Amino acid sequence: MIAEAGLAALWFAAALAALQLAMAALGLWRGQAEPVAAVRPIAIVQGGLAAVAMAALIALFLASDMSVRLVVENSHAAKPWLYKFAGAWGNHEGSMLLWVTILGLAGGAVAILERRLPERTLIATLGAQAGIALGFYAFLLFASNPFARVSPAPANGLGLNPLLQDPGLAFHPPTLYIGYVGISVAFSFAVGALVTRDVGPAFARAMRPWVLGAWIFLTLGITAGSYWAYYELGWGGWWFWDPVENASLMPWLAATALLHSVTVLATRDGLRAWTVMLAVVAFSMSMIGTFLVRSGILTSVHAFAVDPERGAFILALLAIYIGGALALFAARIGTVRAGTTFSLVSREGGLVVNNLLLSVILGIVLIGTLYPLVAAGFGVQLSVGPPFFNKAAGPIALALVVAMAVGPLLRWRRDDAGALLDRLIWPIAAAGFTGAALVVLAPPGVLPLFGLSLAAGLAVASVLPLVGRNLRRTPLFTWGMVVAHLGIAVSLAGMACDSAYTSETLVAAAVGQPVRVGPYVVKLDGIKPVVGQNWSALEARLSASRDGETMVLRPQSRYFSDPVTTTSESAIATEWDGQLYTVLGQADGQGRWQLRLWWKPFVTLIWFGGVLIALGGALSLVGRWRRERRIAAREAYA
Amino acid sequence: MRRWLIWTPLVLFALLFAIVAGGLFKPADRVVRSALVGKPLPDFTLPPIAPGKPGLSSAAFRQGQPRLLNIFASWCIPCAAESPQLVRLKAMGVPIDAIAIRDTAPALVDFLRRNGDPYDRIGDDRQSAVQLALGSSGVPESFVIDGRGRIVLQHVGDIRADDVATIAAAIRDAK
Repeated sequence: MIAEAGLAALWFAAALAALQLAMAALGLWRGQAEPVAAVRPIAIVQGGLAAVAMAALIALFLASDMSVRLVVENSHAAKPWLYKFAGAWGNHEGSMLLWVTILGLAGGAVAILERRLPERTLIATLGAQAGIALGFYAFLLFASNPFARVSPAPANGLGLNPLLQDPGLAFHPPTLYIGYVGISVAFSFAVGALVTRDVGPAFARAMRPWVLGAWIFLTLGITAGSYWAYYELGWGGWWFWDPVENASLMPWLAATALLHSVTVLATRDGLRAWTVMLAVVAFSMSMIGTFLVRSGILTSVHAFAVDPERGAFILALLAIYIGGALALFAARIGTVRAGTTFSLVSREGGLVVNNLLLSVILGIVLIGTLYPLVAAGFGVQLSVGPPFFNKAAGPIALALVVAMAVGPLLRWRRDDAGALLDRLIWPIAAAGFTGAALVVLAPPGVLPLFGLSLAAGLAVASVLPLVGRNLRRTPLFTWGMVVAHLGIAVSLAGMACDSAYTSETLVAAAVGQPVRVGPYVVKLDGIKPVVGQNWSALEARLSASRDGETMVLRPQSRYFSDPVTTTSESAIATEWDGQLYTVLGQADGQGRWQLRLWWKPFVTLIWFGGVLIALGGALSLVGRWRRERRIAAREAYA
Repeated sequence: MRRWLIWTPLVLFALLFAIVAGGLFKPADRVVRSALVGKPLPDFTLPPIAPGKPGLSSAAFRQGQPRLLNIFASWCIPCAAESPQLVRLKAMGVPIDAIAIRDTAPALVDFLRRNGDPYDRIGDDRQSAVQLALGSSGVPESFVIDGRGRIVLQHVGDIRADDVATIAAAIRDAK
């Protein structure tokens, strides 16, 4: 019953999306009032129905209903409930359902909350949102039905991929998807504004909170995913330039650029065409990311199923939406009045530099991700890895950090280069001092040296906008910018420390044998078997001592029976100045055990910085919202 | 704004679409084949690691005699499993050199004492730099190099008893 109800909700939602699109088109074309009035309520109900379908799928997973194919293929009755719940989206069909659910809910949220956009633009926006949803509903219903039954029902399921059996699965995909798909709102706004030729500061101010909201979740999702991969995969790395990581990074880069250009449009009415273009690109990157993952066209840890038919379906949707939006852009943008211009040394100029650098990084990541495909077309087999991305994107990212330090210290419209240098004295001094101190005390490589110095400079520069202000009267969105930029500095420092000062030891250790790693001496005390709800494991007891203090770590080598897989569960000790990361490997049959040990100084700063960046976004969002409310109240009073 | 500039995004997207569609309908060969066979050995010079045993440089493989290059580590458990096969190859007259990956001298000496020592020279590769240059993805891995420094055979993973004949034949044919 639940499966049928879920499927019915999905069909109704699809039908409503079609209706929403038709009503919006009719209303805009003929200018009639009735269809226009219908669009908002339809959008709300459509989002609600998508949520009902998602809830039905979660209910099926929680109940372990083995007559549903998706549950059989991806779940098991003996699994802990959290993974039954999160397992609903730990597979192709479920994750696509989550995708459209968020798309529908985002459209519903726009219909409920958006009051400032001119009515025609809003209707066009909701029409565009319905158009996107319709395509992905069709994809679910015709090519990826999550509610299909099997008959006869098997006694039990095949189980979830054990790598996914982790609390990370409950948090990472939904957060990332809210960011990923939330950007669709910016796309729809851009399409709506192009349809009604209404690109200006009012449009930018209306779009900004949506971009900011999606961006916050995208930041959190990427940060969570990075930490999850770091501890779960047991390789000790926090970013692998895997195609799917790139697929989440690309929308983030585009959304970050958009976030800054939309500010120029809102404040100074500049960068009109560019902002619209970025809004289209940001969500296009989300869709391309979805395509890369779902089609299995690139080999990746995230590719659930290699399926060219589904790939072709999504590719067709991509061609319609992205191609359509870009064609609309080309046809209409010429008729949008050019915005105001500004001098190069100005806040706008700084933001343009930020946008250009972000776009270049985006281009590098896109080219690196797709290059294996291009090469395969010429019969060459290759993969593009960290050496390319780090070398190509690293220096530009550092240039971006410089721009980030300078930008907020610039005035709008026009500034004086000499006065700017005066303002930059402290950041430059901090960077120079850090660099010199590092070269003397513990010389790292070139890139980490620049990374740490610039991180110090940026940290100082990012708090300068607060200096000399009354902190309690400083607007929250200024605090947001300060915190987010400081977050980048913190994260960058963590990355540079990790790459420069990590020590790694690989040993086949006998019981009782001491092994040195970083400031620690680690001793293998013994190995014992342990049992969990659906796994058994060999657990090592390691005692790690440093400066006379000893702590115990218990890395495991886990054996899952459904499906049969072994995973290594790393044990990590977090200290104020870094992490000790331990992984248990195989046995050699003569009482020796393979151990991988890392000491990673200040590595936690990477994710702490990520959380700060998202927090900065949240402060900004609240700040903007409060100001809007104040303005609205004043207008109502007047 | 110039007309052509407005259309560039669409043109770029069309290009991207063509690439991706091509990749989708003509799936690439996903079997990894050794791209190194027939290629010259990259140049390297590695310091010694085991006491009384010289380090290893690529020049050692250009002296007219085919040699086996074994990439291993004391912390690698399949490496211990393959050592009897290496000892057998050595007894059959195959000259063997090695690169030790991310290893330490005491651990290595202990490994050689327990598993036998078929190596003429052992190079110390602390950072896996030569391993990466060789395009080797893990340990153990072995290469047959002819007397002019060209790679004739790449064997990924440990050498099992069945592989001994193949490797001995490759050494013989490389002469």
